[in-house]
Amino acid sequence: MYIKIKNNHIEFIKSANPYLIFATIFAFVIGLYYSLFQSPPDYIQGDSMRIMYIHVPSAWFALMTYSILAGSCVLWFITRNPLFNVVARSIAQVGMVFTLMSLITGSIWGKPTWGVWWVWDARLTSMLILFFLYIAYIFLWQAISNKELASKISAALAIIGFINIPVIKFSVDWWNTLHQPASISKLSAPSIDVSMLIPLFIMTAACFLFLVTVSLIRFRLVLIENKMLRTSSL
Amino acid sequence: MSSLVKSRLIKFLLSLIIVSIAVLIIIFNLRDNIIYFYGPTELLKNSDKQGQIMRLGGLVSVDSFQNETDSVFYFSITDGKNEIDVKYEGILPNLFAEDKGVVVEGVYMNDGRFIANKVLAKHDENYMPPEVIETLKKSGKWQGE
Repeated sequence: MYIKIKNNHIEFIKSANPYLIFATIFAFVIGLYYSLFQSPPDYIQGDSMRIMYIHVPSAWFALMTYSILAGSCVLWFITRNPLFNVVARSIAQVGMVFTLMSLITGSIWGKPTWGVWWVWDARLTSMLILFFLYIAYIFLWQAISNKELASKISAALAIIGFINIPVIKFSVDWWNTLHQPASISKLSAPSIDVSMLIPLFIMTAACFLFLVTVSLIRFRLVLIENKMLRTSSL
Repeated sequence: MSSLVKSRLIKFLLSLIIVSIAVLIIIFNLRDNIIYFYGPTELLKNSDKQGQIMRLGGLVSVDSFQNETDSVFYFSITDGKNEIDVKYEGILPNLFAEDKGVVVEGVYMNDGRFIANKVLAKHDENYMPPEVIETLKKSGKWQGE
């Protein structure tokens, strides 16, 4: 179970970086072109539904990133392999950005559609809690100077906070919410037309590339940070 | 797997079970406070809700919409089984229409009517281009609202 990060791994990640940045920008350009020009407007919402192309992938990756974060914290708790701690700290910031993106874009969409920027329904509130969980995780690790203790406390918070993930996912099914239920992951056929699924999937790929690129840059930074902490504590 | 890892794993699984039971209890008991709105049937069943400020949601009944003046509107909200009449004074959101989802906030009166002071349009999970809707309606395959 003990996986060690070797220097040639880091060199490989470093050399892949420019390609990943290029691929991310390329995917976003294509995705935005399809989202804004190559897809029809919605039959009720008109053009404002185009916000969905960034809102939905952001929300998906906000949840997925948190799941990876909590998963690596569990593995770190059990095995105490520092690699999992590094992974968790690498992806937390990107996850926070995705959550913030989905909150802001959702708010912009909510005003013309619902008539309000924000409501305290179960979906929106649980998503805001997710944002605070990310902040708390990042802040706790930075605020506690004993890094062994900091890792333990922040990992415990991340694991307990995982309860929020199924709550967000199923909030629209369990409770009456203003937010509409899932369109893509429901068991019957998706209720989004194919012409609208194409830009959505390109934007999802773009967001995924963004997640990978930024996380790998963060990964190298966290390793450097660890090295500095070790030398300063000697 | 070393014994240390094993003991941590057991501790972790035990705390996981305890925490999830606690959360299930909380969620189950908070159900009434978490829901954003009541449906007409739920509201009619609980007559003790009369005279209280709350939210009511459902579809705007077909042919129920009337406007007294430019800013006073009457319509009913249905869930397919029951209907509640709503009076609203104010500006309606753009997506407000008959047979579409809506959530209203206001007072459920003792006579069973609902006086709303806020109307929110609720969007469903369907995303379609206008041409597709036309084709579906022509072929009679459109099952949406």
